[in-house]
Amino acid sequence: MKIVVCVKQVPDTEAEKRLLPDTLTVDRESSNPVLNEMDEFAIEEALKLVEAHGGEVVVLTMGPDGADAAVRKALSMGADSGILLSDPALAGSDAVATSYAIAQALGTTEYDLVILGSEASDARTSLVPAMLAERLGVPQLTFASKVEIDGTDITVNRLTDYGHDVVKATLPAVVSVVEKINEPRYPSFKGIMAAKKKPIAQLDVASASIDAAQVGAAGAWTAVADAAQRPPRSAGVKVADEGDGGVKLAEFLSAQKFI
Amino acid sequence: MAEILVLVDHADGAVKKVTLELLTKARALGEPSAVFVGAGYDKAAEKLAEYGAAKVYVAEDAELEGYVTAPKAELLAKLVAEHAPAAVLVPATAEGKEVGARLAVKSGSGILTDAVDVSPELIAEQSIFGGSTVAHSKVTQGTPIIAMRPNATAPEAAPAAAERVDVSVDLSDSAKLAKIVEKVVLPKGDRPELTEASIVVSGGRGVGSGENFAIIEKLADALGAAVGASRAAVDAGWYPHQAQVGQTGKTVSPQLYIAAGISGAIQHRAGMQTSKTIVAINKDDEAPIFELADYGVIGDLFKVVPQVTDEILKRK
Repeated sequence: MKIVVCVKQVPDTEAEKRLLPDTLTVDRESSNPVLNEMDEFAIEEALKLVEAHGGEVVVLTMGPDGADAAVRKALSMGADSGILLSDPALAGSDAVATSYAIAQALGTTEYDLVILGSEASDARTSLVPAMLAERLGVPQLTFASKVEIDGTDITVNRLTDYGHDVVKATLPAVVSVVEKINEPRYPSFKGIMAAKKKPIAQLDVASASIDAAQVGAAGAWTAVADAAQRPPRSAGVKVADEGDGGVKLAEFLSAQKFI
Repeated sequence: MAEILVLVDHADGAVKKVTLELLTKARALGEPSAVFVGAGYDKAAEKLAEYGAAKVYVAEDAELEGYVTAPKAELLAKLVAEHAPAAVLVPATAEGKEVGARLAVKSGSGILTDAVDVSPELIAEQSIFGGSTVAHSKVTQGTPIIAMRPNATAPEAAPAAAERVDVSVDLSDSAKLAKIVEKVVLPKGDRPELTEASIVVSGGRGVGSGENFAIIEKLADALGAAVGASRAAVDAGWYPHQAQVGQTGKTVSPQLYIAAGISGAIQHRAGMQTSKTIVAINKDDEAPIFELADYGVIGDLFKVVPQVTDEILKRK
């Protein structure tokens, strides 16, 4: 079984994020780029499935030159090889353009399963997995909290507002995972050393057969007109509990008409 | 007036509050046409009329609900092609955004998510990066698809005809690839849904155990609130995943948010900092949650929470 895990490099989750005032794109310089946290669960699930059923795990990312660091992290966890799709023409792609570019890049390799994290911590749209399934014409098994494979049959638990749906399909398929699904492993020293020798294939717009007019800022079907940081909330009242903290809080809630 | 399609979010005909919010917003943009998929329309009809649906496209075919998101997107794509609406509004829920995502690809349209407002020019106001940045964006190609954040609009009734128009779609084979074979519904109780609640009471690491969440629940029940939890509490297995508020959980924007025993790591703040009024209860007076709080109590939540609960019940 060949599993492609799509990962994204994002600004550090712990850092405040902002848009660059001139281009209105995400400021990726002001904080350390890291592997999107939810993608670690996708990598872990891929590794577990391959450990159980055999096969290989390929990690695919789209991003600027330095984005191969995200791929290396996945390789150090145990993935077998990587693909970096990088081209200046891709900068500024929105979700529609990104899903198109990734679908084209997937066209350069075979796969039984594509796994992604259910959202990226920067834009948090959760759009790309569903778009990818639509573009590839394969089943969409998203927000999975459990994945089981039996031959070419795949069953997932899809988290919903009311609990979960049990969803069945036949491979190949697109799966997105939630953090409830597993506990991602830490890269071992041996894994980190081995990752340095694992191959990362380079793709650009031409080699992935991507129409440059459909990606990047020019190919995006949405545009940010303006953006401003919300002023920080002014600090409110802070009181130490001296035995009547609950009563005083009730008075506040009452004054605010919540009671 | 231009037609605006609104995807109805409902459970067997019980219309979710976010649908009423979307209809309210759609009235400012054009003439709202609700799109109702699945069983239970008789139950939903009155509500959709009350909140201003001029027309309701009703697709009752059970097959449309038997597969993951693709059939709804296919139905909407057909309606978009036939009626050329000025915009399509979907709820910014996991399901709503995914239907919108597939519709965007199918109809060659741009999609904007997490909109908190839309102007008559169809420019969406988005609250991004966990509410720290406000952006205005527009769709530049196709039919604007806008996913609206629950709780961002106050629903207002404005009765309309809600003329029923039955519709159907012959599903393609590719829409039937991911079959839903079982729906597992967790017992929900009487509490409001987290993303729809006007008051949310959340517990975090400081709550200490699953059993202790009972005091959080009691406060929530006294206020008619939903219960949330920080990632630390969910990861520890004290509260279900569905209740997680934060960057990797749900985004909430209630009138009142009470955080008990939550330090306020950036992941959590990203999920709740657009709440109108924020109250924090924490032993640690250095906890970052106090930077956001309109009212902060430095104290032991095991003393403060039961006391405020009693006081609320007394005053009722």
